[in-house]
Amino acid sequence: MTDALIQGVLLGGYYALIAAGLSFMFSVMRIINLAHGSLAVVAAFALFVLADRFGISPFLGLVMVLPLMAVLGWLLQRFILERATRAGALVPILATFGLSIVIDNLLFQQFGANTRSLAPYIGDLSYDSWQITDDISVGKLAVLTFAAAVALLGAIQLFLSFTQLGRAVRATSEDGDTAGLVGIDARRVNAIATAIALVSAGLAGLALGTRATFDAYAGGPQLLFAFEAAVIGGAGSVWGTLFGGIILALGQSFGAQIAPQGFLIGGHVVFFIVLFARLFIPGSTFRGRLMTALRGKPA
Amino acid sequence: MRSLAVDHLDVRHGQLQAVRDISFSVEPGQTLALVGANGAGKTTLLRAIAGAHLPKAGRVLLDGGDITHVPAHARVARGIALVPEGRRLFGSMTVEENLLLGRTSGRAGNWTVDRVLETFPNLKPRFRARAGTLSGGEQQATAIGRALMSNPDILLLDEVSLGLSPLVVERVYLSLSALITTGVTIILVEQELGRAMSVADKVICMLEGHVVLESAVQALSREAVTDAYFGLRGRDKPHAVIEATP
Repeated sequence: MTDALIQGVLLGGYYALIAAGLSFMFSVMRIINLAHGSLAVVAAFALFVLADRFGISPFLGLVMVLPLMAVLGWLLQRFILERATRAGALVPILATFGLSIVIDNLLFQQFGANTRSLAPYIGDLSYDSWQITDDISVGKLAVLTFAAAVALLGAIQLFLSFTQLGRAVRATSEDGDTAGLVGIDARRVNAIATAIALVSAGLAGLALGTRATFDAYAGGPQLLFAFEAAVIGGAGSVWGTLFGGIILALGQSFGAQIAPQGFLIGGHVVFFIVLFARLFIPGSTFRGRLMTALRGKPA
Repeated sequence: MRSLAVDHLDVRHGQLQAVRDISFSVEPGQTLALVGANGAGKTTLLRAIAGAHLPKAGRVLLDGGDITHVPAHARVARGIALVPEGRRLFGSMTVEENLLLGRTSGRAGNWTVDRVLETFPNLKPRFRARAGTLSGGEQQATAIGRALMSNPDILLLDEVSLGLSPLVVERVYLSLSALITTGVTIILVEQELGRAMSVADKVICMLEGHVVLESAVQALSREAVTDAYFGLRGRDKPHAVIEATP
């Protein structure tokens, strides 16, 4: 039981890492980016190519991949999401859904159906662990992933609270029209927010590739976990994302204790319980935000 | 010190034409009061000047340069700041954060957080409070302070007395009088004629999207403005500006 609890909490760090960008984009732009998982897989493949062909450690590869993800995020916002948003509230969802299919198939075309992993390129870290008691040990990689999630969410929190750009992001999220009237360029802010979201997807790509295997179509399941963690955590709440990831992972972890196939089912059950509670409890901020996202900006 | 002019401006809200063929200018350091009944088009006109509404026709000119298609955020950088109707503060953010947002444009000037707090001392004890928890007067002071933090040359004030108690309105207008002495150009939308005329150099009265009266305050009687306000004069020839008689 204690082991399931610890492993669940640590796995929650990975889910928080992949949900952070999805939640951030939703909170700032009210866009549900259905390509988020596929974009994390793009980063994983980029790190794989750097490691496999050029012998660059995946951790060092981040120095190259994360700026590329930021540029990709900027371009995604300027050339796809911005135009899609003008066409209606639901169009960005369709656009990102289409983008995920394009990305998955381009990855399939380039890399085929074989599964890949970054584990062979990080040495002992992929399997090393700390022995806590005779029955419990914690993986160093899992702890590192959890620490990375906390660091990322902490950095986002500090950025939003203590920088002028962060305040501009919050203002644009709260009232984009008024933000313009105080001198904030909402287009620039949204592009920066998307760049930040894709940088976090890049980090999630590293975590995915080092802790498991991935293939061209791995984006879908990752999106599902990210979405579930974001919704459980309150979609848009910085630390709620970590909380959501941990709750989802605990659901999976305890589900697996009941039956081996209970891992995924346990997570989905927790997700649906929280989702229905959030949707049907009057005055829920999540409900309000979701309705706003689906209907468009409030008058 | 900047001058502002609008030239044959038409602004629509969907099918409704809210502002019809309006032209006027404001000289540097002047205070212009835009008065008129509800629905006259004052707020729409002010928002068009601030860049929040794109006009259907006509031009907005800053120092003679056409800024009609300049987006709102870039107009703030050029020295035009709007205090919107209803204050429109960022309610989840503190007073301090709202004020600091006013500095986004990076315009140089004398306005700092400390100076805003000196101008509106009622904000000092509420500095770290969320804007959504403020009283109406505190919210209005924060909204004006936020606009001032952008160091504007032209300040657009929309219904600053709306929903405030007479005592609070008195305080806000005292602060406005102090602001006027700093030389900032002000366009003030106000329904309360007496208040507007007490601080303005020039008055424009709007009715159903048209200007029905335009005059210097000293050449104007309260009765003339009241007549124009209620459409007792100027309605029959809405495209003409009625000359005021003292």
